[in-house]
Amino acid sequence: MIKVEDIHKSFGDEEILKGISTTFEKGKTNLIIGQSGSGKTVMLKCLIGLFKPEEGRIYYEDEAIQDMDDEKQRTLREDIGMLFQGGALFDSMTIEENVMFPLRMFTKQKKREMLERVNEVLARVDLKGVNKKYPAEISGGMQKRVSIARAIVNRPKYLFCDEPNSGLDPKTATLIDNLIQELTHEYDITTVVVTHDMNSVMEIGQKVVLLKLGKLVWQGTKEEIFKTDNEDVTSFVYSSDLFKKIREVQINEQ
Amino acid sequence: MKYLRDIGSYFVMITKVFGSFTKRSVLRELIFKEIDDLIISSLGIVSFISFFVGGVVAIQTALNMTNPIIPESLIGFATRQSVILEFAPTFISIIMAGKVGSFITSSIGSMRVTEQIDALEVMGINSLNYLVFPKIVALLFYPFLIAIAMFLGIVGGWLAGVYGGFTSSTAFIEGLQDDFIPFQLFYAFFKTFVFAFILATVPSWQGYYMKGGSLEVGKASTNSFVWTSVLIILANYVITQLLLSS
Repeated sequence: MIKVEDIHKSFGDEEILKGISTTFEKGKTNLIIGQSGSGKTVMLKCLIGLFKPEEGRIYYEDEAIQDMDDEKQRTLREDIGMLFQGGALFDSMTIEENVMFPLRMFTKQKKREMLERVNEVLARVDLKGVNKKYPAEISGGMQKRVSIARAIVNRPKYLFCDEPNSGLDPKTATLIDNLIQELTHEYDITTVVVTHDMNSVMEIGQKVVLLKLGKLVWQGTKEEIFKTDNEDVTSFVYSSDLFKKIREVQINEQ
Repeated sequence: MKYLRDIGSYFVMITKVFGSFTKRSVLRELIFKEIDDLIISSLGIVSFISFFVGGVVAIQTALNMTNPIIPESLIGFATRQSVILEFAPTFISIIMAGKVGSFITSSIGSMRVTEQIDALEVMGINSLNYLVFPKIVALLFYPFLIAIAMFLGIVGGWLAGVYGGFTSSTAFIEGLQDDFIPFQLFYAFFKTFVFAFILATVPSWQGYYMKGGSLEVGKASTNSFVWTSVLIILANYVITQLLLSS
């Protein structure tokens, strides 16, 4: 579980996060949604420690990241898996080397054991026969799956995903969403996904947090999204024609 | 103000490079890879340039010796002094600022743009140690490259002088041995080490702290060449003043 208490983050004079408090639960896919510029990615980067908030506290289980010394923060990061928007695979390494990287850095396993684990996770994300290829030689969707494999290879406790569907066709996007949800349950981890894709919300949003201009304006489950009268939620959700039509059908049914 | 901030961030980077170390077995592999990328891959161009520039120095010296009182051995002497004192350490370093410096900046800059550096940080890896430290260690071998440049420069001068009909082999070799001061070799290799450190760190700094997209990677590579060259020239002046003028 990750608890966020009143975090503020500014760049220069511009305050990006304006006192956000929420909880991301274990074993669930927690989604941070909002329009571009709402502060989603900044919040994610605060959670993983790439940005330091000026105020507020972030608790991993019961310990605040701000109270941890460098060594403890480093240990914590070994428990974090991250799926970046562009995959962030290392260009100079093959797929196998990319996925093996966290094992090489943080375990004392023999190469044979590492290879077994690499093949296991690559099979888990439905990728076979790509071990010796380089990231540039495979498609965007495959790169995302390799990135997921790298994120889970060391059995993390926390999985963070930044716009996992960006640049993917709807079918591959759904596949990635489902994979993230399945892995969350399989490994019983705390997953936080940043997205502005309503399809993702509907697919995997077990807990949804809506940000608007750096403030948390609503939180709930995907089922509650269609029931709420919160104006920020309705204006965000029903900006799409598809969801407008769903809304009309719902109102007509009522 | 911006320059002060840049200088500050450069020194902060240097301290972080020697901070928390990457796993030894991984670091060893990275160092070998960097030696291959930065040193071995430069052997060809450095050899080619050194050989022909050495030849040109010998020919130019010979063509400018109009006074019959000046001994022929001056051609060998001038070639040795030019190649060892300035051409090999300084001129080759400027070329390396273009070749190796741009490579370092663009490779680290691309990693920044594509979030690969963020990926390292999220994993709890000191990205500066992982990326920059192996380059600094690899460039400790840079003086070997410069030694080869010195040797080939002199060989080029000898071949051009002798086979071009400007001097005899005996006179050239006599000139090479005239007034040889071993301290000048120390001076040349001392500044080579300083240039190696500049070559490893300034382009890394440019790439690591760049912001923006692929266009900015190109700009950072250009800046990297400019700043590395400027610092090499300045360091050359200061070291020469300190070591040779007393």
